Amino acid sequence: MLLYSQPLELTKLVHSLDAFFRSSLSPFWATLVEGILIGIAILAAYALIALALIYIERKIAAFFQSRLGPNRLGKYGVIQSIADMIKILIKEIIHVNKIDKLLYYLAPFFVIVASVLSFGAIPFGQSLQAVDFNIGVFYVLAVSSIGVIGILLAGWSSNNKYSMIGAMRSGAQFISYELSAGFSLMTIVVLSGTMQFSELIEGQRYCWNLFNGHIPAFIAFVIFLISGHAETNRGPFDLPEAESELTAGYHTEYSGLRFGFFYLAEYLNMFIIAAIATTVFLGGWMPIQIKGWDAFNQVMWYIPSWIWFFGKAFVLMFLSLWVRWSFPRLRIDLLLNLEWKYLLPINLVNILVMVIIVLSGLTLADIFPAVFGK
Amino acid sequence: MTRFLYFNEMKDIKQIIQDIASDALIEEKQKLTVTVEPKQARPLIEGLRNNKELPFDYLISLIGMDWGEKLGVIYQLSSSIDLTHEVVIITATTDRENPLLYSVSDLYETAHLNEREVYALFGIRFINNPDMRRFLLDDDWKGFPFRKDYDENPDLNPVNVISKEIVDIAPQIIETADGNLVEREVPIFGENDYIINIGPQHPSTHGVMHFRTSLDGEIVKKIDVHSGYIHRGIEKLCESMTYPQILHFTDRLDYLSANINRHGLCMCIEKAGEIEVPQRAEYIRTIMDELQRVSSHLLAWACQCNDLGATTAFVYGMREREHVLDIFDKTCGGRLIINQNVVGGVMFDIYKDFQKDVKAFIPYMRQRLVEYDEFFSHNAIALGRMVNIGHLTKEQAISYGVTGPAGRASGWSCDVRKYKPYSLYDKVEFKEIIRTEGDSYARYLNRLDEIEQSLRIIEQLIDNIPEGDICGKVKAVLRLPEGQFFQSVETGKGEFGVFIESHGDKSPYRVKLRSPSLSAVSVMPLTARGALLSDLIGIAGSLDFVIPDIDR
Repeated sequence: MLLYSQPLELTKLVHSLDAFFRSSLSPFWATLVEGILIGIAILAAYALIALALIYIERKIAAFFQSRLGPNRLGKYGVIQSIADMIKILIKEIIHVNKIDKLLYYLAPFFVIVASVLSFGAIPFGQSLQAVDFNIGVFYVLAVSSIGVIGILLAGWSSNNKYSMIGAMRSGAQFISYELSAGFSLMTIVVLSGTMQFSELIEGQRYCWNLFNGHIPAFIAFVIFLISGHAETNRGPFDLPEAESELTAGYHTEYSGLRFGFFYLAEYLNMFIIAAIATTVFLGGWMPIQIKGWDAFNQVMWYIPSWIWFFGKAFVLMFLSLWVRWSFPRLRIDLLLNLEWKYLLPINLVNILVMVIIVLSGLTLADIFPAVFGK
Repeated sequence: MTRFLYFNEMKDIKQIIQDIASDALIEEKQKLTVTVEPKQARPLIEGLRNNKELPFDYLISLIGMDWGEKLGVIYQLSSSIDLTHEVVIITATTDRENPLLYSVSDLYETAHLNEREVYALFGIRFINNPDMRRFLLDDDWKGFPFRKDYDENPDLNPVNVISKEIVDIAPQIIETADGNLVEREVPIFGENDYIINIGPQHPSTHGVMHFRTSLDGEIVKKIDVHSGYIHRGIEKLCESMTYPQILHFTDRLDYLSANINRHGLCMCIEKAGEIEVPQRAEYIRTIMDELQRVSSHLLAWACQCNDLGATTAFVYGMREREHVLDIFDKTCGGRLIINQNVVGGVMFDIYKDFQKDVKAFIPYMRQRLVEYDEFFSHNAIALGRMVNIGHLTKEQAISYGVTGPAGRASGWSCDVRKYKPYSLYDKVEFKEIIRTEGDSYARYLNRLDEIEQSLRIIEQLIDNIPEGDICGKVKAVLRLPEGQFFQSVETGKGEFGVFIESHGDKSPYRVKLRSPSLSAVSVMPLTARGALLSDLIGIAGSLDFVIPDIDR
């Protein structure tokens, strides 16, 4: 059942499960059962990661603000977010008059579905990926932008002026920063020559894309972090909800679980951005490998790939929390200035630079094939 | 020499007054007091306002009065050049049915809201004020509560449980060119304006403030200030209580400057009653005032950062403030409202380690000021949200009566502690922080710098507290002599004024409390016009108003 060389890896388990279903069921039923199991696993992971993130964020925020954070429920307050989850599940859903009912009820689902769809495409570890599309990067970009429809609908259908302003801000913000996020990922697609996540990770075995593409890759990385952070609607880019201006922005009129959906999606989007950045720039779940150092590489492989993945993603999330809890909120015109006057032009030039570097063989892997080559 | 000069100037002012209003009654009371007929009041004020050498361009307070057979107004004027000069102008009309006076709102912008307040409370309407809605009270309130013959029967004004539509129509009484009075109604907003209610329940209005705001996209077109959601009629309540009983009311105005407010009221009573205050009490009062100012500015800083979305900075401000509150707590048990000042001195002596605690706090606070500077004051986003935002010129600040750190950020030297020193402020050295930029950032920096100055003042006093009594001898039943008494103090928000008219009784005939926050709120429509919605919140944070202080 377990690989001797990688005791904590789940590859063998996944493969044996697959083999079991394939051998005992017809191909159609085997696929169906596996699909359902994967769906359940993803939803469970979605909820669990959200719970963990909420706890982590509260603790880290408390650390930044010289507070204690949750510390009453369980040791160090670890079950606080579970209690909060139960609370939000049993909370009354307040029905609001004079709303556009259909759109109002639909909006949270758009947000959460977009978030789950992109969550499903993330490679969490070796063989821990639901679907390995050959256009993975493109797919993630496409489905994650569905979320903005939900936010716009929420603001529009609530029949509340604060919500409306929040939604309009969010529309402008999302569409702007989508461009930057997309372009910076495309820079790496140019570098690695693939959109498939598994190939992207395999290509970074000896040299992360961040280093392989050196200057333009680093610029793309920073831009992706900024624009990704902006896309998650979190401070300093939390204009759509801007609680000190718009009370709660687009989700002002939502309560109970419907609000919970927005809340959950916000946290998971933060994770998804970190996960994509990890996969595309930092070698994904691939442990640190150095060409020729086989013993070292073997030791690195003892640490399971999903630990590597979550470790790297956590570092990026910590960065995002750090920014969130240090900076004041941007104003809408400053926000759009930043995107259209700085990030986007830099990004466009950056892609061009990357193309030149790849074509003229100036990536690290090309310059030092003995150390960084595939 | 200076006294002589002062005397000469006073003579000049008297001459000016006599030139404009020849039959005015000029008296040298606590202030130079001029009583004139309603018709002459406006020309007289205009003349003083436009006086070349010493323009009386700062309307400290506009006080509505009911003297029984007469209804009137007391104008307390001062000069922005030198706050030591004050003139009090009294005018009254015998018409109780339809009292009309001429508005001075075109001379002093601050008169707008004050005249509306006088209308709500006394029923005096002002000719030529463009907006004669009632301030603080509902438009359908029956009776005028501050009149002495007001019917307090609760059935007349039952507690309202139905949501009322807000009517955005302003009545006016305008005097036409040929001298006729025309009453008319003007809509406040355009027909197709997108109006959004910021407040009364809103996280960033610092209380139950209500800005009706018309927006063009996200750009603020017009703001209409509604207030009075926590109007308690404190001034009216004072009229039925004895002097020692009314002290605690001032704490409930600007609760962040509770001790300073109360200091002002105590001093007003002490001056009127000629009560001696022991030196030890003066020291304790001054130190406590400055500690209170530090805590008020810290909270203002924290809230301004929070309004800009920096929650961590907010917690930092609260963290330091806690140290001040701990000192208050140990001194007299109170944290926010500390009940320290009483007529004649202070209620509680300082505790044994008071000096040690305060001396430990000073270097700690200085270190934190450096941290604030590094953490927030030069943050690129913060600068983008504050520099050149919410501009207020010196002229506007004076006309609207915006004092305190906000007024000084516009280049107006208006520190009461410098011009009309009270307690020990003439014995200590400190710098009046003045900036000329007039934007949110200048107001922001001013508060941080004033914290440093307050620490300086405390440093000079803390080691020299003399031994002795903490409270002078005060009669059990305190009666003030007949007269009108004024006292100003510098709170964290600006000039807080106390006016008491005594008719020789145990309780005051009329008390008026000048609110620095009211002026700060009155400039909101001006400073936020054309700004973005986010900046409206940021500007409100930088002006630092406290709602109970406005509503009273």
